[in-house]
Amino acid sequence: MNKNEKIITRREFLANLAKIGATGLATYVGSAILSKDLFANESNKEDRKHHYGMVIDVKRCVGCRACVLACKAENKTPPGVYYTVVVDQVLDNRPNDKPIFMTKPCFHCENPPCTDVCPVSATFKRKTDGIVVVDYDRCIGCRYCMTACPYSARWFDFGENYPAIEEKTAWAQVPSPEYKEFRIRKKDESPVGNVRKCTFCMHLQDEKGEYDKTCTGFAIHFGDFNDPNSEVSVLLRERQYIRLKEELGTNPSVYYLI
Amino acid sequence: MSAEIKKMSVLKKIFWFIAIIAFICGIYGWYSRLFYGHKDAHYGNIITWGLWVAAYIYFTGLSAGSFLVSSLVYVFNFKKFEKIGKVALFTAFVTLLMALLSIWADLGHMLRAWHVMVYPNYKSPMAWMITLYTVYMLLIIAEIYFVMRYDFVIGKNTQGLKGKLYKFFSFGSNNASDERRKKDLRIVKFLATLGIPIAIMFSGGVGALFGIVAARPHWHSGLFPILFLLSALVSGGALLTLIASVFQKGLNKNKEIVLELGRLVLVLLLIDVLFQVSEFLITYLGGIPGHIAGWDLVVKGPYAWVFWGWQGFIGTVIPIFLLAFHKTRKSPIWVAIAGLLIAAGIFGLRLNIVIPGLAIEEIHGLTNAIFSNRVTIQYFPSISEWSLTIGIIGFGMILFGFAEKFLPDYDE
Repeated sequence: MNKNEKIITRREFLANLAKIGATGLATYVGSAILSKDLFANESNKEDRKHHYGMVIDVKRCVGCRACVLACKAENKTPPGVYYTVVVDQVLDNRPNDKPIFMTKPCFHCENPPCTDVCPVSATFKRKTDGIVVVDYDRCIGCRYCMTACPYSARWFDFGENYPAIEEKTAWAQVPSPEYKEFRIRKKDESPVGNVRKCTFCMHLQDEKGEYDKTCTGFAIHFGDFNDPNSEVSVLLRERQYIRLKEELGTNPSVYYLI
Repeated sequence: MSAEIKKMSVLKKIFWFIAIIAFICGIYGWYSRLFYGHKDAHYGNIITWGLWVAAYIYFTGLSAGSFLVSSLVYVFNFKKFEKIGKVALFTAFVTLLMALLSIWADLGHMLRAWHVMVYPNYKSPMAWMITLYTVYMLLIIAEIYFVMRYDFVIGKNTQGLKGKLYKFFSFGSNNASDERRKKDLRIVKFLATLGIPIAIMFSGGVGALFGIVAARPHWHSGLFPILFLLSALVSGGALLTLIASVFQKGLNKNKEIVLELGRLVLVLLLIDVLFQVSEFLITYLGGIPGHIAGWDLVVKGPYAWVFWGWQGFIGTVIPIFLLAFHKTRKSPIWVAIAGLLIAAGIFGLRLNIVIPGLAIEEIHGLTNAIFSNRVTIQYFPSISEWSLTIGIIGFGMILFGFAEKFLPDYDE
């Protein structure tokens, strides 16, 4: 570099750096003040009445997938959207034995990683019962929550339909009871273009506080962990259990008995 | 001299040809996206983000990179790049628009994009990104105005479209005194200084957007924001190298700039490679299966050629050779070609971040449990996805080409 074109002195350079730092800090502090809830504690313990969850006995599961069908029939989910799935895993060196079947709904984690990443707070954990829900009218369909869920419990509605319930058929006029919103499926209208997920069939519990069981082997138990006498609480006291990917600190509300 | 000008006009003709073809290609993509939503897209419920998100992070990188190069001129008074300062600002603006278009098309509900302004959740990096983009875009527009105001006033009375445009964009300002010009430059310096932390925050922030996702070990690394920032600088610098050799009288006038940018890009590229090697080694030698699964896909998955061929050989090895070898590094044409290759290679890098991070079963056996083309770990972008991305590139090129035509001459 030519000596005559000496561009800036070190003092000027440092002064510039200081300005950059100061503006950066100012931007950060300003934005932090704007977002009042940045450091606020979200879940207020006193509001919490129920802690709904499931205890699933994998030994009793026969892999009939009645739960998958019941869910499909109840929530009227389109192809590619499965609020629960049954995965099976053949045991090593025991190809002729019953594989391990595992039904996997949304785990409604106590520390859900999916809700914090939503840019518009469209998905959140309900304060009263801890169910993780999606506000279909607010969700913009960015699918960030799907990447953040470690359990693949979230599904994007691409707007596809099963051939038998293609748009103009009578079947398509049957609303989905999800969130008691009773939406009729239409092109380009929510929940098409939204992220969807298991709701623990909360449209059934709000009234009756019970859960329709279709499980043939009585492997799925649903209940309130806050009630010490509920079936699920008793099962957890008496049996050995695991939860998936506990190392991520998500604290799932679905337990697998082993 | 006339031969050189002819050569330049050929390059520009090629540019316009590509731009228009690309723009026309995009029509199908937009048609498909607007009328059929996401039905034609090939991403699904496992690979939730595809080509459009990769394009988005690529374009944001280009924008942040070229903005930071422009701030070398306007903040640090780096005289050598002065001639391309304005082009760099325009590049930052156009690529930002391209980025926002890409991510806009990716939304499930395009008409709800305003929700992020009204209901922001600042626990989410994505909400931060939107805030930063807004500030950044306003800042670039203001900066462009104050950089160009003097030229607008001077060129107001020229004939033709240029004069009219200048008259419009001068917004009634008439003052062409040196004093006012100095004041403009002070404002520009202030804006550009303010822009530096914002550009760093948002290109690093895109990295953080991926980095915080603990569910995806391939992304979950403290190096990610830094890697994004470095790749942004490399790709932005490389693109400007190419632009400087084609536009603003191209190689006829900008030989020195191209060579200087080449040196800068080489250093940045080497640092970028260093960081990537570090990320790779720590992950692999750590040896946790979930953590290396992403890298396994990158280096020996079905799209390993993107890593070895596209990103590695074309985007890294050849350019490093071109920029370091003593014969080619002094030839502006070779340096410009290296710029083109790097800018193209970084796109491969972006794809290799987004897709392998997602293309892993989070629950063992999930893809076998459901027979659906939305529940699969295979992904290749569909025709409509390619088309829309190419269309956005065409749109950006056309916008840039027009804007560049009306930039003031530097001989004036």
